[in-house]
Amino acid sequence: MNREPEYEAVIGLEVHAQLLTASKIFCGCSTRFGEAPNSQTCPVCLGLPGVLPVLNKKAVEFAIRTALAVRGLIAAHSIFARKNYFYPDLPKDYQISQYELPLSTGGFVEINNDGMARRVRIRRVHLEEDAGKLLHAGTMDRAEYSLVDFNRCGVPLIEMVTEPDLRTPEAAAEFLKEFRAILQYLEVSQGNMEEGNLRCDANVSVRPTGTAELGVKTEVKNMNSFKNVQRALEYEIERQIRLLKSGQPIVQETHLWDATQGVTLPMRGKEEAHDYRYFPEPDLVPVEISPAWVEEIAASLPELPAERRQRFVQAYGLPEYDAAVLTASKALADFFEECTHRHRDVKLVSNWIMSELLGYLNREGKEITESPVTPAQLAALLKLIQEGVISGKIAKVVFEAMYQTGKSPEAIIREKGLIQITDPEELGRIVDQVLAENPGPVSDFRGGKEKARTALVGAVMRATKGKANPQLVNDLLREKLAGGKVHPEE
Amino acid sequence: MKITRREVEHVARLARLGLADEEMERMRAQLDAILTYIDKLNQLDTREIKPTSHVIPMTNVLREDVVSPSLSQDQALANAPDRHEAFFRVPRILEA
Repeated sequence: MNREPEYEAVIGLEVHAQLLTASKIFCGCSTRFGEAPNSQTCPVCLGLPGVLPVLNKKAVEFAIRTALAVRGLIAAHSIFARKNYFYPDLPKDYQISQYELPLSTGGFVEINNDGMARRVRIRRVHLEEDAGKLLHAGTMDRAEYSLVDFNRCGVPLIEMVTEPDLRTPEAAAEFLKEFRAILQYLEVSQGNMEEGNLRCDANVSVRPTGTAELGVKTEVKNMNSFKNVQRALEYEIERQIRLLKSGQPIVQETHLWDATQGVTLPMRGKEEAHDYRYFPEPDLVPVEISPAWVEEIAASLPELPAERRQRFVQAYGLPEYDAAVLTASKALADFFEECTHRHRDVKLVSNWIMSELLGYLNREGKEITESPVTPAQLAALLKLIQEGVISGKIAKVVFEAMYQTGKSPEAIIREKGLIQITDPEELGRIVDQVLAENPGPVSDFRGGKEKARTALVGAVMRATKGKANPQLVNDLLREKLAGGKVHPEE
Repeated sequence: MKITRREVEHVARLARLGLADEEMERMRAQLDAILTYIDKLNQLDTREIKPTSHVIPMTNVLREDVVSPSLSQDQALANAPDRHEAFFRVPRILEA
């Protein structure tokens, strides 16, 4: 979707993800979300004088896991740095981060964009601490005062920076989804943008298509959903192209995405914020990561989204698209595989999950983890279809009831009396009756109108409320219409 | 001269220091003397020496991921110049 083919965008992303440790990165305070304000702080994370931070080992391991998953090179020797700036969510007036000698450099993530596999290079992955949370009385620039909650201050973050390898907002969103899936598969972060435990900033510039020199870039912040990332980038790219076309300069500055107005606006009052005066953090000694430690973590890595997608295509014969949908989250892929362990017809399983289950869940904005239907129940339903107990059509009615009530398919079929009629004698009587009541279509059929039979099949289905076995209906109709026994002898 | 008056003003602004005119010049002279002294290091050949970030020969001081008790809300807020319920209260952040 490029409305301005004479220009191309160059996008690099900076992604922050909260790590799922129990305690903060440099102190023992809990990282639990949603607790009473300022109830999870201590002298270390409040930046009181005379305290020493001590690094959380698990945060290091989670960062190494992530770096290995994007095929980064883990640094044997890495150090922390102070990033100095004043902001009320930062009690020490510096953030402990990494600058020179980050934990990992290089690597790549493969994404599927426009039906093509593309490699997005990773520049670095490093560890840092999160800042506190600010609440503004009214809008940020008009608030009389702001309130600070330091519970989040010191929660471990990984920062992942890509090379400027992305060319479209769609590719950026695609990359972000893939990276989130990786984090979730690794179980190192919840990766929920709306809740703020996954955040994304973008560096954007445009240039005439086909040229190599980079244009002046802006940084776009405050995009708190995949959809907003895409919308904000689309807006910013068009804004820059408009400026270039009219011969105006692009100013290198930070813009905030305003989702309600659908625009990016330059951020005021932070002109000098980029002069961070990084220097090595004297309170934390260097981290040395031995090859043995890296190997131990590498050996514990789970199957990653791309590998699982490929396996779903190869082992189950699923189309690429289906495999991509089913592996988008680890929980969904687990759900699917649990069904396939109980039911052999993989294609049937995937169809039911994709069209029925995900349909219901998406309508309610729910995740697979909130599904009222369990894999065992779905597999049981599919078994009932395959054994001919119910038709595929009735199964959809049963499924809806399963979704609404969480009951087993057997219970619903019993309660609603939905068992398929497969007895030739019982169904034969119904067919006879339908033929007697529909002399028109019967004579049409006999007069050579093959189509009239479809109307008769429909009439039988109506008479049985959809419970007739369709194959048997067809057989019986063929036999009875050919035999001429329209009216049973009485 | 190792440092200009403009640079001193810039650094002072970054550090949120309001310096009077004569203080500005005094700081410039002192910083200049410090930088001149430090510059002596440039007389040494350090090509074969790795940058030193830490002088103590220690690495990997790590803690296990175990939660320990936090301060109470009142303890945390005890030194706050201003508070609102259990929040720290601060002046408006961005310029209007």
